[in-house]
Amino acid sequence: MSLLRDTWLICLRQLRPTLHSPVTGMGFSMLQPVLYLTLFAPLLAGMPGGMGENSLQWFVPGVLAMLALFGTSFAGFGLLPEMRSGAHERLLAAPVNRVALLLGRVMRDITVLLGQAVVILLLVLPFGLRVSPAGAVAGLLVLLVMGIGLGTLSYMLAMSVKQEFLFPAILQTTTMPLILLSGILLPMDLAPTWLYSLSRANPLSHVVDAERALFAGDFGDPSVYIGSGVAVAVAVVALALGTRLMRRLAA
Amino acid sequence: MIHTRELCRMFTTRTGTVEAVRSLDLDIGAGELVAFLGPNGAGKSTTLRMLTTLLLPTSGTAEVAGSDVVADPRAVRRSIGYVGQGHAAGTGQYVAEELISQGRLYGLGKAEAKSRAAELLADLDLEGLDKREAGHLSGGQQRRLDIAMGLIHRPELLFLDEPSTGLDPHSRANLWAHIARLRERYGTTILLTTHYLDEADSVAERVVVIDHGSVIADGTPDELKGKVSGDLVILETGSEEDARAAAAAVEAVPSAHSVDTAAAAVRLRVDRGDAVLPEILRAVDARGLELRTVQVHRPSLDDVFLTLTGRSLRESAE
Repeated sequence: MSLLRDTWLICLRQLRPTLHSPVTGMGFSMLQPVLYLTLFAPLLAGMPGGMGENSLQWFVPGVLAMLALFGTSFAGFGLLPEMRSGAHERLLAAPVNRVALLLGRVMRDITVLLGQAVVILLLVLPFGLRVSPAGAVAGLLVLLVMGIGLGTLSYMLAMSVKQEFLFPAILQTTTMPLILLSGILLPMDLAPTWLYSLSRANPLSHVVDAERALFAGDFGDPSVYIGSGVAVAVAVVALALGTRLMRRLAA
Repeated sequence: MIHTRELCRMFTTRTGTVEAVRSLDLDIGAGELVAFLGPNGAGKSTTLRMLTTLLLPTSGTAEVAGSDVVADPRAVRRSIGYVGQGHAAGTGQYVAEELISQGRLYGLGKAEAKSRAAELLADLDLEGLDKREAGHLSGGQQRRLDIAMGLIHRPELLFLDEPSTGLDPHSRANLWAHIARLRERYGTTILLTTHYLDEADSVAERVVVIDHGSVIADGTPDELKGKVSGDLVILETGSEEDARAAAAAVEAVPSAHSVDTAAAAVRLRVDRGDAVLPEILRAVDARGLELRTVQVHRPSLDDVFLTLTGRSLRESAE
């Protein structure tokens, strides 16, 4: 199976720079969620209602979803310098499975994501976070599935945009409303009806709801099925489009 | 090794359709070392990209290392090595790891890729740089690493796109010495592109001159130079007046032609400049004229390009 072997080889290649300098490779992309946890989460403790009483329980699952969003949707940024140099072209000229060139990179990104999410969870646990272990595992799994989808889309975007200055501009424009409409920072129940409806159209908000239910161990909550379904759907659609794009490159 | 028939590639731009490669027929046999020579935008790289499966032809066929580039690109990729214009190592990658990973992607086993990488690093003077980040190498070292990556699977055919661009003269000479050695040892067929005239002249056994997407000349450097009518002889006199008198004297030499004066110098073309020079000097001497310097130039590939297109390759390259 050249797809599996090549995906594995590309994933290993992509992981190497991260292993050589873990702080720059993993640390910086973790900074944003960590800052939210230290400089924003304490504000929530003063809020009325369930969110205020258990602010970590409420906030941490959302922050992990934020980590997944930023970590994977900016993944394509790493491909752009290799497209500008000759590294990507060199791989295209090699007898490597085309789809593996995409999948291998995505696999590396969700491996890093998993590592970062575990580190954040371990850091927060001493501050009174209570999680259902089975729920946390399921929650991370859902994030990884969503990460596969977002990472794939990000690489596809990089391959079609090709411009290093354009890529972050497009991403910032997309991720900002996704975050604001996700209910990560404040519960969307507080929103006026039109804003609430808008947030329901945001796939990320369903994943965030699912994460909160899962980390609380509430497996029966309908949001778990909706959120997981949304994550799987994003991944399936992205992989289908990504496979098509890579096969076209092969033609 | 390479056979193309009516190979074409068109690009659609905002201003219309550009024919980058027009109906290219090319046959390159096993073991040849061929240079594509032409100005920027002549279609050299586009041709190379089609032959290496990176770009689909608009029409026509190309068979590379026994397989069709469109029908079986994977078989082509397996048999060829490709060194593009850019640097092939990725961001933050270590020299040896990137090279080994390249070998694994060409299907080598772990141990084989490792030993092959060590062998190439030694061959290409990159020993001891295993754990250096590829981006921190010097320009010449990076280029040799690129070539190592193209050779990791011992391809029978190697494509080099502008291999020496951006290198200082010492690194260029060094690079060509390495390529010559590798070729001697493994008999690899090599197709390279260059816009350095001296390089095509000194390195290649066969030069294919490309302009506006078509082959305009094909042969050994000496055969191509034979298309230019004779050597250039330049006689420098003391004054414009002397130059005119010398020109009149030289006109009388039967094999001299295209005699011309520029300031105090006389320029003329003659077959076998070395053989005719004594006669020219006698003719000038007979008029009692004194010469300051005498030069005989064998035709260069630039003269060839000039003769064929009316443009100098040096000007077109800009």
